[in-house]
Amino acid sequence: MTEAAAPVMYGPKSAARWVGRVSGAVLPILTVVAAIIAVWYGAAVGMNRAWTLDQMERRGLEMSAIQIMADAMNQDRPVLPTPHQVFGELWNTTMGEPLMRERRGELQGNPRNLIFHAYHTLAPTLMGFAIGAALGVLLAVGIVHNRAMDMSVMPWAIASQTIPILAIAPIIVVVVSNLPVLNAAVDNGVISEEMKLLIPKALISSYLSFFPVVVGMVAGLRSPRAMDLDLMRTWSASRGQTFWKLRLPASVPFLFTSLKVSIAAALVGTIVAELPTGARFGLGARLLTGSYYGQTIQIWSALFMAAICAAALVVILGAVEKAVLRRMGARP
Amino acid sequence: MLNQEQIDGFADPGEPAPAQAAPVIAARNVSLTFQTDDGPVHALKDVNLTIGKGEFVSFIGPSGCGKTTLLRAIAALEHPTGGTLTVNGLTPDEARRQLAYGYVFQAAGLYPWRTIEKNIKLPLEIMGFDRAERDRRAEAVLKLVELDGFGGKYPWQLSGGMQQRASIARALAFDADILLMDEPFGALDEIVRDHLNEQLLALWARTEKTICFVTHSIPEAVYLSTKIVVMSPRPGRITDVIDSHLPAERPLDIRDTPEFLEIAHRVREGLRAGHAYED
Repeated sequence: MTEAAAPVMYGPKSAARWVGRVSGAVLPILTVVAAIIAVWYGAAVGMNRAWTLDQMERRGLEMSAIQIMADAMNQDRPVLPTPHQVFGELWNTTMGEPLMRERRGELQGNPRNLIFHAYHTLAPTLMGFAIGAALGVLLAVGIVHNRAMDMSVMPWAIASQTIPILAIAPIIVVVVSNLPVLNAAVDNGVISEEMKLLIPKALISSYLSFFPVVVGMVAGLRSPRAMDLDLMRTWSASRGQTFWKLRLPASVPFLFTSLKVSIAAALVGTIVAELPTGARFGLGARLLTGSYYGQTIQIWSALFMAAICAAALVVILGAVEKAVLRRMGARP
Repeated sequence: MLNQEQIDGFADPGEPAPAQAAPVIAARNVSLTFQTDDGPVHALKDVNLTIGKGEFVSFIGPSGCGKTTLLRAIAALEHPTGGTLTVNGLTPDEARRQLAYGYVFQAAGLYPWRTIEKNIKLPLEIMGFDRAERDRRAEAVLKLVELDGFGGKYPWQLSGGMQQRASIARALAFDADILLMDEPFGALDEIVRDHLNEQLLALWARTEKTICFVTHSIPEAVYLSTKIVVMSPRPGRITDVIDSHLPAERPLDIRDTPEFLEIAHRVREGLRAGHAYED
């Protein structure tokens, strides 16, 4: 009897286990999200109430506590927008707006669409990330292989990160946009006007993103043990062979960890670069116009868009990391 | 680079060759002093030793007796500060460039991102063997250490003993005449170690390599060796060299015979004479 019963039991039992596992993962996350939303609504009501009460008094209205709460949650320019306002704005400015619009007979990106702004921030972010990561790896290789660079580069790299990016961003923008080389390149049609606007943003972004890669890669390239290096010596391996066959593959896990930090820093760098320079497009520009006109809902939705972009970039890098490490024989 | 006879050497079964007149490794008054912040440390002092072709030599002694330093000096990983050390009649550096030896460390040191086969091919890639030759040699040495069929596995998929066999295969792949082993089985449990000792003896008999083997274990040293070098610390020196006349064919239970116990006793006496048991 027991032998016959076992397979019958198997189905529902494993299904129950599966449900248990999923709810075990999802339930804590949902609980945290619910708690955040509850605190958020409470804070919004608390902060926005004063304005509602002020209006009520001026107009000589009578309102119930429920009405006051409802009003505090739905103001046009709240001190703190509520979740449904922020996500409503996010939805309306992404799905509710066409991505392109026609203007003066030309099809252009629509600046009322938040995805349009996200694109204008992501393009220099990726370019700055590529420059920063490449620079970071090159510096790390130099530091590991050259004693003079080992002594001299790291202090400068650290010093570079202590300078407030907000202070030097306008300087970089002004200097780079007025470089004769760039102007000549635009005049000769080598790069477009749009590309010229993108380059200073990308440079500021790379300024923030190279540092984590330097630190991570120096640690990664130095991660082989003395024994691994001795073994290479017993085979009379050259420095180049030791680098390509031992140091570089050993540094790959370190590389991905630092790339994830670096790409988030690159996004921050781009947004900061957009702030002091009067950029018209981009998430930074969106934050700036929002604060000019007191559009707190717009500011918050731009902030959320930036967070979503950063999360997406890190998730993509994580997927690439997983694929690469699996190809390199990592334990699944 | 290597002639066909050498290449085929490890695949050809045969009796271990008798020690020949020309020494493979010769140390004359070798001293090695490390300069540290606490003053000089005499890792080796006046070491004299001759090792002939096809010998299996164990170095035994307590920590700090210089047995690993001596092995590293033979491998040109350390350089003596006094005396002369030759390998195949050359300096250790020259001998290394001629692929005179393979080195096996206590940890297998396999690269986790390479399969076993690719790990074994690593020194071959570095030394510039062509693809067909790499394939052929990797297959041959995998068979030699009884790991055929495991070439496509990654190191973490193998047990500690199998990993160490793979690292021995890697040291054998470029067919060096000398195998330098620094406590290769020190991190393994005793049952696995017994098994690997048996396999190592069989491998030595088949390949006629000269093996230098550093160990902490008296039974291991006596079981494996044709010559046991007993060393003492402060300063690191040789206190006794014992020639073992145990038969070439050594089943594991030879360790219970009076001959075996007599040699083990002499090793222990040598260690005691060098104050190895005092602290």
